[in-house]
Amino acid sequence: MSQSINLTINGVPYSHTVEPRLLLIHYLREIAGLTGPHIGCETSLCGACTVEVNGKAIKSCTMFAVQADGTKIVTIEGLASDGKLHKVQEAFWNEHGLQCGFCTPGMIMASKQILDRNPEPTEEEIRKGLEGNICRCTGYQHIVNAVKAAAKAGRA
Amino acid sequence: MATTTKTKTETLVGKRIRRREDPRLITGTATYVDDIKMPGMVYATVLRSPHAAANIRSIDISKALATKGVIAAFTGKDTENAGMVPCGAALPGLRVPPHHLLAMDRVYFVGHPVAVVVAADRYIARDAAEAIEVDYDVRPAVADPEKALEPGAPAVHPQWPDNTAFTFHQEGGEVDKAFAEADVIVKQRITSQRLVPNAMETRGVVADFRPAERFLTLYTSTQAPHLVRSLVAQILSLEENRLRVVAPEVGGGFGSKIDTYAEEILMSWVAMRVHKPIKWIESRRENFTCTIHGRGHADFYEIAAKRDGEITGIKLKIIQDLGSFLSLLTPAIPTLSVLMMPGLYKTKNIRADIVGAFTNCVATDAYRGAGRPEATHGIERMVDMVASELKMDPAEIRLKNFPEPSEFPFPTATGLVYDSGDYAAPLRKAMELADYTKLRREQKEARDQGKLMGIGLCTYGEICAMGPSPATPAGGWESAQVKIEPSGKITIMTGISPHGQGEETTFAQITADEMGVDIDDVLVFHGDTSLVQYGIGTFGSRSTAVGGTAVYFALQNLKTKIKQFGAMLLESEDVEFAGGQCIDHKTGKTVSLKEIAFAAYRALKLPPGAEPGLVATSFWEPPNFTFPFGAHLVVTEVDRDTGAISIRRYIAVDDCGKILNPLLVDGQVHGGVAQGLGQALWEQAVYDDNGQLVTGEFMDYVMPRAHMMPWIETASTVTPTPVNPLGVKGVGEAGTIGASPAVVNSVVDALAPLGVRHIDMPMTPEKIWRLVSGRAA
Repeated sequence: MSQSINLTINGVPYSHTVEPRLLLIHYLREIAGLTGPHIGCETSLCGACTVEVNGKAIKSCTMFAVQADGTKIVTIEGLASDGKLHKVQEAFWNEHGLQCGFCTPGMIMASKQILDRNPEPTEEEIRKGLEGNICRCTGYQHIVNAVKAAAKAGRA
Repeated sequence: MATTTKTKTETLVGKRIRRREDPRLITGTATYVDDIKMPGMVYATVLRSPHAAANIRSIDISKALATKGVIAAFTGKDTENAGMVPCGAALPGLRVPPHHLLAMDRVYFVGHPVAVVVAADRYIARDAAEAIEVDYDVRPAVADPEKALEPGAPAVHPQWPDNTAFTFHQEGGEVDKAFAEADVIVKQRITSQRLVPNAMETRGVVADFRPAERFLTLYTSTQAPHLVRSLVAQILSLEENRLRVVAPEVGGGFGSKIDTYAEEILMSWVAMRVHKPIKWIESRRENFTCTIHGRGHADFYEIAAKRDGEITGIKLKIIQDLGSFLSLLTPAIPTLSVLMMPGLYKTKNIRADIVGAFTNCVATDAYRGAGRPEATHGIERMVDMVASELKMDPAEIRLKNFPEPSEFPFPTATGLVYDSGDYAAPLRKAMELADYTKLRREQKEARDQGKLMGIGLCTYGEICAMGPSPATPAGGWESAQVKIEPSGKITIMTGISPHGQGEETTFAQITADEMGVDIDDVLVFHGDTSLVQYGIGTFGSRSTAVGGTAVYFALQNLKTKIKQFGAMLLESEDVEFAGGQCIDHKTGKTVSLKEIAFAAYRALKLPPGAEPGLVATSFWEPPNFTFPFGAHLVVTEVDRDTGAISIRRYIAVDDCGKILNPLLVDGQVHGGVAQGLGQALWEQAVYDDNGQLVTGEFMDYVMPRAHMMPWIETASTVTPTPVNPLGVKGVGEAGTIGASPAVVNSVVDALAPLGVRHIDMPMTPEKIWRLVSGRAA
């Protein structure tokens, strides 16, 4: 009944045999040992589990691990390179775009996706782009500021 | 020893400094409970009641036990003598229902724990829980607190058919006289609906019991780890020094993680039997149904006033929806509403009554603001109604009833002493920022064109820095320990347990300034009872005002010893400690803190009467609460066709005393406002008549999202508190308290031309559309 999957996460190849019902988020957290993406609802409504699959931000609680066979995944752990934070991470830090930090990995991945698609988003576009991610702490204003700051850093 | 060193003069308190906790959080390397993995760890799932009220005829766990990978399963029979879930609040005559870890022969709310299954992984545990067969005899339930108090309502607890857990009365001044002599009396029923706190991280526990050491380590997502340790140890008859509680990274709490919950006790109990580390992580559905809710008030107000706008008396009857069991602070929450009922106004004549009603719902307890938002919402709505009755401007009536700054400390009708205040200042500032006069002109023009534009004010006060110990159930002091290591690096151990508030940064700011060192030389630890001396925790906007003050005093205590060593090293009688060094002003010779630290641990020579080492502790007891205040001003427009409310401007002027880090204060205000707006516009825990939670997922329970939030313009006035030497009051709950009345007042103002004088929350588009179009619900 189990199936074998081969995929690349943050540039590292992984091969495992998994149950078909195993959710991608559980695979990432429990088998691949990447606990950066979080589980906030298991129903795709909060976005804490957001990761990038083949360049697209997806909610990994509503994808099975077997569906990720052959894909390239980037999680929050894979954003910084050579000890240097990604511009979105840096902007979240500078702008106080997080408090408890639980939604943050998903929020940063969603923000990166907004900027990947549109390097100069308006405030409305940023807010619309983040509507799938819930933050209970910040009231979103500093997150919006962070995405704006990251966009500006991207232009520099 | 240098004779000249540059003295550190730059101070950090008051600066916008980015947080020191963030690097681990933005890289996904922080450790929340569910990130903990241990060798041999097993997973628990709790089977919960699908019914709000039922007798349990039988439970059959045999199929669960036969499932491959299942290690154990327990029911209420097994845990009958394992102790009760604690209620820590005491009121005269309070009826506290026995709250077993697992249901015995009856269930009382949807989500009531019935059995626990332990298995090799979480999938197997869930499968096995589904294989448990429970035979329920479903009984009538009651989910509405007002209906619960009607004669003949189903009894939540059969031993108390009136569904009344307690009544509470408080009176001050001459209420009857005030009402007899009033020019105007305004009455209104105002509700503050049940809300779901919804921290983004659900609750979770890892319990690890080592029988050979008779030692339990409990990792739990909590706001008060020492309290959990004391309670779990007591309940399970485990010696308190054989229990270590760790609050690892905690993903939000908002009050819902102050309580010691059934699962924290239950998983510890199971771990002590199974002898394997056990992980239990709450699902979001469980979080909705089993973690405490907030608010749940039906308030009946009467307010007496003179023709000139002077408020002369307030009567309030609160019906508090308690739920079925009393959680840690459940019955105490509405008493905070009573304390706060006069708001910022001078009247000394009050009468308050609370009826605590049992319902077949999960318990209510502290949710951001905890009793103060309800009271503020009520008084701020009532003041607007009085103003409207008297044809006064809502700003004018408020200004008329504030105590003057010279009247502080101001004793209130409910027995509090407001510490310091200039209540008109934030209101005037908000009006200035909004250009209030122009705004009212614009509103008149808009109304002439048939537009529904509203301007809403709220001037709020709150009770923070909880609190003096006599006013709290379990001590209201806070602790701090400062350790200067032999290398001169500084470690702070704080008894608070932050989970987003940022005290790893603000306490380092305080320390860097007091010790004259670089902030990078300071590290703040919290949340581990084996590392940190006993503490109280994070709630009630207390962390900085009480916990920060403890840090301040521990630092002062340590300075005495630093100066002793400095004097010894400089061979001087009189040294000053400033800028990270001791200086003898006569000779100009200095010795750095680093050199002093080394000498204190090397201990080749000691000052007379001094011990080696540089460690100091403070357990600081605050002499009073602090009372922050502020004014929020909201401009709204209502769409006649759809009932949609748009917020054109949101101005928040908060006075939280002295500000340590404006960036963090802004963040607290924004987040607080979002939760207050959530209550005003969208959020509601809806139970149907059978006690089913209808809004039990993010699909149905409307959380504020980025595209729904307005831009919040923040500003501040600064009135330091005399209660602590830092002058700080607290800001964690301010936004939530100020927001809901400001928004509702604004929308009522928008609909005033249609004769609307009150709207209960949440102000959904349907509700507004019905009011605008004259269609009854």
